[in-house]
Amino acid sequence: MVRESLGQILVTTILSGNFVLAMFLGMCPFLGVTHSVSLAFPLGLATTFVIVIASLSAYAINIVLSLLHLEFLRLICYIVVIAASVQLVEMFVKKQSPALFRALGIYLPLITTNCAVLGVALFQTARDYNFTQSLTFAIGGGIGFTIALVLLASVRERIQLSDVPGVLQGTAMSLMLAGILSLSFMGFAGLGGGA
Amino acid sequence: MINVPSNWQEFTEGLWERNPVFVMVLGMCPTLAVTVSAINSISMGLATTFVLAASCWLVSVLRHLIPKEVRIASYIAIIATFVTVVDYAIQAISLEMYEALGAYIQLIVANCLVLGRAEAHAAKTPPLGATLNAVGMGLGFTLGLTMIGGVREILGSGTLLGVSLFGPNFQPWVVMVLPPGGFFVMGGWLLLFAIWRKYRDKILSTPEKESVHGA
Repeated sequence: MVRESLGQILVTTILSGNFVLAMFLGMCPFLGVTHSVSLAFPLGLATTFVIVIASLSAYAINIVLSLLHLEFLRLICYIVVIAASVQLVEMFVKKQSPALFRALGIYLPLITTNCAVLGVALFQTARDYNFTQSLTFAIGGGIGFTIALVLLASVRERIQLSDVPGVLQGTAMSLMLAGILSLSFMGFAGLGGGA
Repeated sequence: MINVPSNWQEFTEGLWERNPVFVMVLGMCPTLAVTVSAINSISMGLATTFVLAASCWLVSVLRHLIPKEVRIASYIAIIATFVTVVDYAIQAISLEMYEALGAYIQLIVANCLVLGRAEAHAAKTPPLGATLNAVGMGLGFTLGLTMIGGVREILGSGTLLGVSLFGPNFQPWVVMVLPPGGFFVMGGWLLLFAIWRKYRDKILSTPEKESVHGA
């Protein structure tokens, strides 16, 4: 297997292999919180932070578990670490910005069940990334997630001003918009030599 | 005792009336990611059904023992255990399927549907009802996945369950098996249901008004 360079991983995860639009990770916040840019951006940042922490811890856990031949415990360990780091972010946001904490509401603790976070940990294990590759993968994934969230939120803010047929309102509309976004992100395919 | 649903009601709730995919819109990641073909959708749906049923049963059995403060963590640990079981089982049964579904089997842990049902239903219901409800929800989820997967497979590769439908001259609509297709098909189904619901409400509401007039 040819080792991907760090630049390749970064470009792939942000653009052509975007977590949300190409790999369908983290759909719940993607559809739930993207009413406004002012919510989408901080949630994207919080998720990015959790993704990076989760990726680093997953890397360490994987080494320990491989040494002990306890690979079947991998999944349980990953999810516990993710839950713990989400708790950390939650406390941090609550302290720093109570208004934001209230606005994000249930979606903040729900980062725990965000597939993107667990997905990073699982994919980096499956693809056998080394330390720097994992870190780049996590950061790229987080940035890509934030970009997708902000893009959809901006489009939805504009859509609110226009006249949408009644039956199309709500989730169906968001999914169609996401499909069009995903279509345009496919234009990046081949960029960075990945995907 | 009037509000206690019968076992049959528990079972059918998730099948259609409150279908997890189309009505509750839960568990979107696997819904869109693995539904490139009908067979993938069915396997993913059945795997999720097993995890859902087993976790809801155990959560329901232990519902008086788990302290309220650590319940989410306990549920996650229970779910993760069963997902590991499924993960290794699929690997043993069909390596091909395991490679097709990839990391998405393990991602069942992060499927909001499983945690959602454990928290919202299983934690408050006796084991039999909880398990039946979970099986119904799981089958409803499988149905939803298969409806999306079937459409994507027919349009995107011209086959259904691997059987060619249109002969060799069919020009596949490739975008349907690519990521955007998932969004479009899912959005299309939701749109269809919204139109159907509007149409049904219109039909149902007319005779009701008349009877009000008559009374």
